[in-house]
Amino acid sequence: MSYPKDFLLNLYKTMVRIRNFEIMAEKLFLEGELPGFIHLYIGEEAIATGVIADLRKDDFITSTHRGHGHMIAKGANINRMMAELYGRTTGYCKGKGGSMHIADFSIGVLGANGVVGGGLPIAVGAGLGIKMKKTDQVVVAFFGDGASNTGAFHESLNFASIYKLPVIFVVENNKFASTATTKETTSIENISDRAVGYGIPGITIDGNDVITIYETAKEMIKRAREDGGPSLIEAKTYRIKGHFVGDPELYRDKKEVEEFWLNEPIRKFEKKLVEEKMLNETEKRKIWEDAQKEIEEAVTFAKESPVPNNEDALTDLFVNDSGYDY
Amino acid sequence: MRKLSFGKAINEALDQEMERDEKVFVLGEDVAKMGGDFGITRGLWKKYGDKRVKDTPLSEAAILGIANGAAMAGLRPVAEIMFADFITEGYDQLVNNSAKIHFMFNGTVTCPLVVRTANGAGFHAAYHHSQTPEAWFLNVPGLYIVAPSTPYEAKGLLIASIRDDNPVIFLEHKLLYEMEGEVPEEPYMVELGKARVRKEGKDATLIASQRMVYLALEAAEELSKEDIQVEVIDLRTLFPLDKDAIFDSVAKTGRVVLVNEAPKTGNYVNEISQTINEEMFEFLKAPIKRVTGLDAPTAFAPKLEEYYLPHKEDIIREVKEIVEY
Repeated sequence: MSYPKDFLLNLYKTMVRIRNFEIMAEKLFLEGELPGFIHLYIGEEAIATGVIADLRKDDFITSTHRGHGHMIAKGANINRMMAELYGRTTGYCKGKGGSMHIADFSIGVLGANGVVGGGLPIAVGAGLGIKMKKTDQVVVAFFGDGASNTGAFHESLNFASIYKLPVIFVVENNKFASTATTKETTSIENISDRAVGYGIPGITIDGNDVITIYETAKEMIKRAREDGGPSLIEAKTYRIKGHFVGDPELYRDKKEVEEFWLNEPIRKFEKKLVEEKMLNETEKRKIWEDAQKEIEEAVTFAKESPVPNNEDALTDLFVNDSGYDY
Repeated sequence: MRKLSFGKAINEALDQEMERDEKVFVLGEDVAKMGGDFGITRGLWKKYGDKRVKDTPLSEAAILGIANGAAMAGLRPVAEIMFADFITEGYDQLVNNSAKIHFMFNGTVTCPLVVRTANGAGFHAAYHHSQTPEAWFLNVPGLYIVAPSTPYEAKGLLIASIRDDNPVIFLEHKLLYEMEGEVPEEPYMVELGKARVRKEGKDATLIASQRMVYLALEAAEELSKEDIQVEVIDLRTLFPLDKDAIFDSVAKTGRVVLVNEAPKTGNYVNEISQTINEEMFEFLKAPIKRVTGLDAPTAFAPKLEEYYLPHKEDIIREVKEIVEY
């Protein structure tokens, strides 16, 4: 890993921050603190971290129902994220969206989507916009293996290909689509093989290896930025947690989870960093403690934030909506 | 009589129909090994195997299109769409095929499919997991829409829907799944297209379905303390509409409040209002009122969601207004 220590430790920190956010979200949900649904990104942190490490602030991403990690990696404010999970006015959607809809347009996040596959055509539309405006931005569409079986996937990749749009499609293959296994619901072993059908590059990589992800994404991002067109990266990982917090997980063997837990991306990267003397015990402890402190402060911030007023249920339906009396 | 939850009543209906007729099969996301996200199909996969209980990819367009094809080929598919909001992903198949197949091909082929789906707010699940979709289908002739409110009716209406040769959208309100009620063990049918008077009254008629029936009943209970006797009609089947039941009640009370949790504009109940207006105008003593959700997406924060939804107090207010009109 011939990268500066700062760069590597930043990757590590981002993953640790995502992990801590997710651990806290899970804990709070199980304690009955958070309403709604929470879908965790635990075990998949390397993907958002590695891909977004080579994006600029003005590049776009589309996220999913499992989107906390994408937000954090893109530079979102953790206080506002946590406030959204609590449904408070200081949250990213002013409490109207909750976990599945957190987005921040100021850092290029074009929405998280509660419907699987919903973000794909949106990413393509953003890519079309870039091309029409002739800027050198790019778009990354994050989605799961489940979304790769929707019609939206096919229509989006075909469209991006025919117009040679600067979109990098990143499929996070975490081996489950909701509760069905990818193996049972997907026609091929490597989803990246589908790229052939669109005449674009398709690459399958280890989704738990942050450096490989970074390097692959960097290449595809460069290609897109230089008008080389779209690509499909398949990052193979494993969904350590259930589909949602509280999922009874009747569909898999606990042993399988334990096995994959040994290969989780943070520990894997940590081992490398320690071996190459880029990370010592003191630094490691500080990174974890800082992340924990940050998330605890976010919880305090969220809890101290106001709950919305009833009228907020009606505002922002239309632009310049001065009131509501249909 | 034996008590069963709404969810288990549906499960039993599926099980008994699958046992009775091997042409009946279940497909949908998570329906096999997981037994459905709400546990409704639990146990069916173990009993009937992969052939008749199929986990599908996350592909609503395919699920509904495949159900159409299977129905045309002589099977009786029961497709589950995890959340009613996701029906839009396969809307084309329902609107342009299911609803029109029998008509289009001059009655030479039927499309006996049932689409079960969980609808409704109150779950703090925000915009994409809270909607109530009957109005989306109302303007598409050719689809039955069924929406039970009790475990007894859930079982009987589902069995009737499966045995019916027409395509049926079968709505299950998420907040009713745990509700317990008396359910006979043997298979039985509740006739499609028939409403049920849940409470008799002479002063006003409340017309509702699914969870809103309970709000209407609570409102009626409170109003009776003030000597306002409200009749509560549970529609049970939303299309075709049981006009007789509605007209009988309107003839008696002359006052109507319609209750539905979807947004107000373009709400399903508006159709009922217009039907009464056209055919029962001379019986009306006051304008027809409606209590609905707000014209906005369902927000996440529990307080906002609660504000969005109709309340018992809203119903009481509207009833009093028309009684005093």
